[in-house]
Amino acid sequence: MDFMVFQYPMITVQACLDGILLGILFALIAYGMALQWGVMNIINIAQGDLVILGGYIAYFMYLYGIHPAWGVIVSPIIMYFVGVGIYKLVINKVVDRDLFISILATFGISILFMQLMNFAFGADVVLANSGYGTTFLFDSAVVLPNSKIFSAFVSIVFAIGLVIYMKKSKLGRAIRATAQNARAAKILGVDTEKVYAATFGLNAALCGVAGALISITFTIHPYMGLPYTIRSFMIVIVAGLGNLPGVAMSGMGLGVFEEFADYILGTEFRIGSVFLLLVLILVYRRFKLSRKREYLK
Amino acid sequence: MNKNVILYAAILIFGLAAPFVFPAFKVQLSILCVLIVLATTWNIQGGEMGYNTFGNILFYGLGMYLCASVQVGMFFPLAEWTESGGEKTFVHTPTQFFQGMAAGLVVAAVVPTIVAGLIGYAILGLRGHYFAICTLGLGVAAGEISGGIEIIGAGQGFTTPPFPNVGGLEARGEFFYFLSFGALVLTFIAVRAIYSTRFRLILNAIRDNEDKAEAMGIETMKYKIIGWMVSAFFCGLAGGIMGGLVGYIDSTDVAFDGREMGVFMVLMAILGGKGTLWGPVIGATVFHIFKEGFWTFFLGWQYVALGVLIVVIVIYFPEGIMGWLREKYPERFGEVVDEADRKAQVELK
Repeated sequence: MDFMVFQYPMITVQACLDGILLGILFALIAYGMALQWGVMNIINIAQGDLVILGGYIAYFMYLYGIHPAWGVIVSPIIMYFVGVGIYKLVINKVVDRDLFISILATFGISILFMQLMNFAFGADVVLANSGYGTTFLFDSAVVLPNSKIFSAFVSIVFAIGLVIYMKKSKLGRAIRATAQNARAAKILGVDTEKVYAATFGLNAALCGVAGALISITFTIHPYMGLPYTIRSFMIVIVAGLGNLPGVAMSGMGLGVFEEFADYILGTEFRIGSVFLLLVLILVYRRFKLSRKREYLK
Repeated sequence: MNKNVILYAAILIFGLAAPFVFPAFKVQLSILCVLIVLATTWNIQGGEMGYNTFGNILFYGLGMYLCASVQVGMFFPLAEWTESGGEKTFVHTPTQFFQGMAAGLVVAAVVPTIVAGLIGYAILGLRGHYFAICTLGLGVAAGEISGGIEIIGAGQGFTTPPFPNVGGLEARGEFFYFLSFGALVLTFIAVRAIYSTRFRLILNAIRDNEDKAEAMGIETMKYKIIGWMVSAFFCGLAGGIMGGLVGYIDSTDVAFDGREMGVFMVLMAILGGKGTLWGPVIGATVFHIFKEGFWTFFLGWQYVALGVLIVVIVIYFPEGIMGWLREKYPERFGEVVDEADRKAQVELK
């Protein structure tokens, strides 16, 4: 255990800033999860693996001499088609079935992706170097890599862009109508099948953006997917479906929590603390709701 | 009834004779027994109670660590044992080994039961996919945390005591086979006894409509916790045996292996047919044969095959083998079929 946090106040500032920048990225992934959860009522365990796959796309651009920041543009385009492909092959068969079936099916996809990535890209931890340098604050007591600031900025741009797209465009309105009432939307001439495919594709594209940013700022590894799924699930249940400011806030909160857990408990407990926090939040909500004689549905 | 007695006797005789008839497959048969135990206990939650858990792996891993720790800790300092790793600084005498194993198995079964009882009230209040994801998180968290604890070997793993040098070369395999077969028989008898009581009906009522069951005056929470404790007991036992059988415990790859064993038990129960007594047994057997085939012929690609297998089973075969048989031969399951009604339904399809 390391109590540096309490001895050096600047580390607190550092952890908070790191956590907030990280949390914005989490919020972007969680936004995708909230989208498909709200529209299709599916919890995608493979969410994190889509993120990692998006990261590898950016990493390969980096390997071939293209600046990895372009991955932010290329990765979502490729991931959109990957997402639509997954929808056509698997998800459309589980979309109106028991929820556990969809969880298990996406769990299978997750294992499949994990292994295919392991074969294709190797089991090394990789990083796409953006060469953006670092910013020093407070007499270089706080060190912020510019890539983190860049990634947070891009995430915000994409999130705002998607919100506007969902509000204004025809497809966005169709998606929102389907989320409200799929049957009524169908009667009114919305092709729900297409809407579902587009939703899943959009979710995958968001994962692609987040993955490209993660490959620039942090590291990627074929087996690192599941923690991202759990994080986004946690953010969504804390914020509630369709509560976008809430998603952003709880994403940042989670980021800060993680940084502090990292400093206080040590890096080996970082992932463990995330999963434990999920259990605690769910249990807390269960007791809170049971007082009102309701339950999580 | 007579037919059943003959069937059980035949299986028992086969089970007792198997290690001598197929001496090369002793380890595989022991693993099969453990898998059947896991699938059967998962079925108590997932099949009968409708609570699809990924978290039974928690009890399995807990049992594994506890059994090995007790077996070592009874006679030697545990910290020094794990520090020395695989090197044999301390050697168990045969008496120590068997005493330690017996005590370890008791602890491995009892402590997870208590843990299940303690966390049951909090966790089992969740429903549907919240429960599934919460238990998934629980299993992974346990793996990550146990991977950071020094006294049980942290990231480098924990070597269980080697089998003492008694009874020749074949003794180890036979010992673990009969141990796991014993656990299987015990589990099957216990589960069969449970399923013939009112308890099963209560669990089914919880699965079908929990609110109504509660309205009918059933204390659902009590029965849910008892059900979970029953499966924790046998999961812990199976974990303890598996730890000794494998001989090496790693936090995320052997003990709390949510990606493998945690999914296997769900898959085996679904493949065989949820909510039946024989489904998990058949499912585990078929799955184990399939899996060993994959692991032998597609070495390296086994997880890809596993992922595809999960998707295919879940999408195209959610009722499992027993469900399929039931559809095909409903008379054998004691269902009275109205032919006219059946024909009408077929025509509707």
